[in-house]
Amino acid sequence: MTDIVLSIDHLKVALPAWSDRKFAVGGVSLEIRQKEILCIVGESGSGKSMMGKAILGLLPAPHVRAVGGKIMFEGRDLLELPDDDMRAIRCGRIAMIFQEPMTALNPLMKVGQQIEEVLEIHTRMTPLQRRERVLDLIRDVHLPEPGRMIASYPHQLSGGQRQRVVIAMALALEPALIIADEPTTALDVTTQAQILHLIKELQRAHGTAVLFITHDFGVVAEIADRVAVMRHGEVVEQGVATQVLRAPRADYTKALVAAVPGLKPRLQELDADSNVLLRVTNLEKTYRTSSGLFGGTVREVHAAKKINLELKRESSLALVGESGSGKSTLARCVIGLESVDSGLIEIDGERISGRTRAELRPFRKHVQMVFQDPYASLNPRQRVGDIIALGPMLNGVSREQAIAEARELLRLVGLKPDAVDRYPHEFSGGQRQRIGIARALAVKPKLIVADEPVSALDVSVQKQVLELLNDLRKSFGLSMLFITHDLRVAATVCEEIAIMQRGEIVERGATAEIFAAPSHPYTRSLFEAVPGREWISSLD
Amino acid sequence: MKSGSLGSYIARRLLQTIPVILGVVIVNFLLLQLAPGDLATVLAGEAGGAPKEYIDQLRARFGHDQPVYVQLFNYMKNLLFLDLGYSFRQSAPVLELLLKRLGPTLLLMGSTLVVSLGLGILMGLLAALWVRTWKDHVISVVAIIVYATPLFWVGLMLVLVFSIWLDWFPTSGMEDVVAFHEGWARFVDIAHHLVLPTLTLSLFYLALYARLMRASMLEQRGLDYVITARAKGQTERKITTRHVFRNALLPVVTMAGVQTGGLLGGSVVVEAIFAWPGLGQLAYQSLFARDYNLLLGIFFMSAVLVVIVNLIVDVIYVFLDPRIRIG
Repeated sequence: MTDIVLSIDHLKVALPAWSDRKFAVGGVSLEIRQKEILCIVGESGSGKSMMGKAILGLLPAPHVRAVGGKIMFEGRDLLELPDDDMRAIRCGRIAMIFQEPMTALNPLMKVGQQIEEVLEIHTRMTPLQRRERVLDLIRDVHLPEPGRMIASYPHQLSGGQRQRVVIAMALALEPALIIADEPTTALDVTTQAQILHLIKELQRAHGTAVLFITHDFGVVAEIADRVAVMRHGEVVEQGVATQVLRAPRADYTKALVAAVPGLKPRLQELDADSNVLLRVTNLEKTYRTSSGLFGGTVREVHAAKKINLELKRESSLALVGESGSGKSTLARCVIGLESVDSGLIEIDGERISGRTRAELRPFRKHVQMVFQDPYASLNPRQRVGDIIALGPMLNGVSREQAIAEARELLRLVGLKPDAVDRYPHEFSGGQRQRIGIARALAVKPKLIVADEPVSALDVSVQKQVLELLNDLRKSFGLSMLFITHDLRVAATVCEEIAIMQRGEIVERGATAEIFAAPSHPYTRSLFEAVPGREWISSLD
Repeated sequence: MKSGSLGSYIARRLLQTIPVILGVVIVNFLLLQLAPGDLATVLAGEAGGAPKEYIDQLRARFGHDQPVYVQLFNYMKNLLFLDLGYSFRQSAPVLELLLKRLGPTLLLMGSTLVVSLGLGILMGLLAALWVRTWKDHVISVVAIIVYATPLFWVGLMLVLVFSIWLDWFPTSGMEDVVAFHEGWARFVDIAHHLVLPTLTLSLFYLALYARLMRASMLEQRGLDYVITARAKGQTERKITTRHVFRNALLPVVTMAGVQTGGLLGGSVVVEAIFAWPGLGQLAYQSLFARDYNLLLGIFFMSAVLVVIVNLIVDVIYVFLDPRIRIG
């Protein structure tokens, strides 16, 4: 068995005494062979990241530590290795790519220096040789203008470029194994496709083994040779990628695969004669950064350029776009959190745009928002009941009645009515998002604006929340403006789709039509970027 | 990305300070009008009483008989030509008095900044490196005690211990005037006098910066880029010196900039305790003598000083943090 690069044998990682579980990783055995990409798939809390960190001894000691098992690499047990030897292995023989390219680089150090640091630690190259090697690496990861790039600071690069820098660092010494911990999760779909492609290309060229940690089966379908599915710190299934993806054996794997949103729109079109609830006409919004009292305008960002939209009563429209496309700005304008430069926003024939805060107040109950981050959007010091009841109470409902309604709403969103007396931190991410939905529904709005409501959730939870939104929408007769970066999610809940790019709507139409024949090149590139596209279509 | 040159940025910032300083002058001028009594009554009082005609005559001489807005207008007009008026109490032009006192105050502020920032950062750094050991606890507890102790009490105790009991340092003044030291000897003499005032004024800020630096170090140490550095195989020592330290420094520098205004306020007390011949002591004296011209001059000078120090801090910040865009 000489082709085994790394073998993990009954690895156990203990969590601190105050956590809800004893082990983050409870006896995992895995092998990674030469020139293969092994994907570890699991939802949050499955222990997949802890396992990755344990290999390089990067666990947040002393609270979290490996307590049992072996990690054999090049004939040595990494868990037993003295510090100095471990440092030589880090990046020298095993390198790591992290999830958050925004924070993984030192903000005060030039990018070139940060890559060079790896060579400085592990080799005896002269400064000149190091510089040459850094330039080569930057070319290898296809970053533009290597000369300018090495003199840039991280904040001057985009997320995708930063991730390329991190990959260049990982490649610097041609390690035997690269551990990639959700390296594309924080990126836009098209950027994700590019980075996945790059990782695969480099892996083939250098013959490196890759341990790829992800929660997304689409990504697995895109790059994996073999797959291991993890749950509660244990491997529930492992095998060749094609086999696990097409014919999963474990129930958990089956459930995960079933939760992957498909590429076929499920909903039929609504009857054409229902009237328009939300109308946006020629909306313009530009952000200007000026430099204080005497400075002129420094930078302009056109977040919305001549946007025209219509949303019919009891239907739902998805705004799909990547970060910076202006989709969130549009949503904030619709709920009146942001003033517009010009153009008109009407809800039920009433003008919303151009009103002052006080004038807007009577309209607030018609439009409600479900926010992206279920952790930050609920006041941690308020009871769930009070959070939900506040809206109706501001509209003149008595406290007793508002709380009674809150209990009913909680039941509707699938939580126990006695949740009214508990605090947000007692709930999981998915449950919190349900509370957020109940809060939005409490004032009986006509329109719900949902800003990436499921992008912070695990796939299985994501599916449940999407289904909940769909059911509620029908039973309450709501309209919904659904903002997402994910075409697959848009397809499951929305009859219509508008694709946004750089502040403009480039394509708009019925979901079924756009999915059948995307006409704009950008829409087509979005479709091509969906990870595991072929596999997902084969599932439907 | 730096847009525009540093020079034009500084020039623009200086332009922006003009309305700030004008505002400070006007507010101070009006505030002083609210204080009971004026120079004429104080002079009359010291003379053991005087007829009303004499006081009115004095007021007319000082220009205090005119309406407030005329006085303000005249003051502002003179200020344009850097004429800060005349101190009838000290019988000298205000500007001359101020410039004479500015040097000692700058000396005290400068040495305090160096000591408090230098030692504060060092203490914070060490506490963070020794986190949750007895050494960290000692530093943290001492910092909290010092932080909570009033300035004047620290000053008096230092005098008591180091000047009176141990006789290591002089109790007051900036130099030994009767010794007529020159050159190097004078420098040593002033440095000797400087120790206790600097220590008194520094301790509070030292504790503040130490606490801030410790917290900042610990926060930075948990960030992702530190794990990246560790994953590179970098040693813990180098991670601290190369990556964490500079990042941790930023909030301390910000705080130091904000605190320079407070430093001036603290120097009033310290200069009074140690008879340090600076602006603070002059302010203290002129307040009791109702010497408003001089007091206004001191306020003006302090405002200018604070504004300039803040500008310097902002410029330093541009060099420390590439994310800060000037312009």
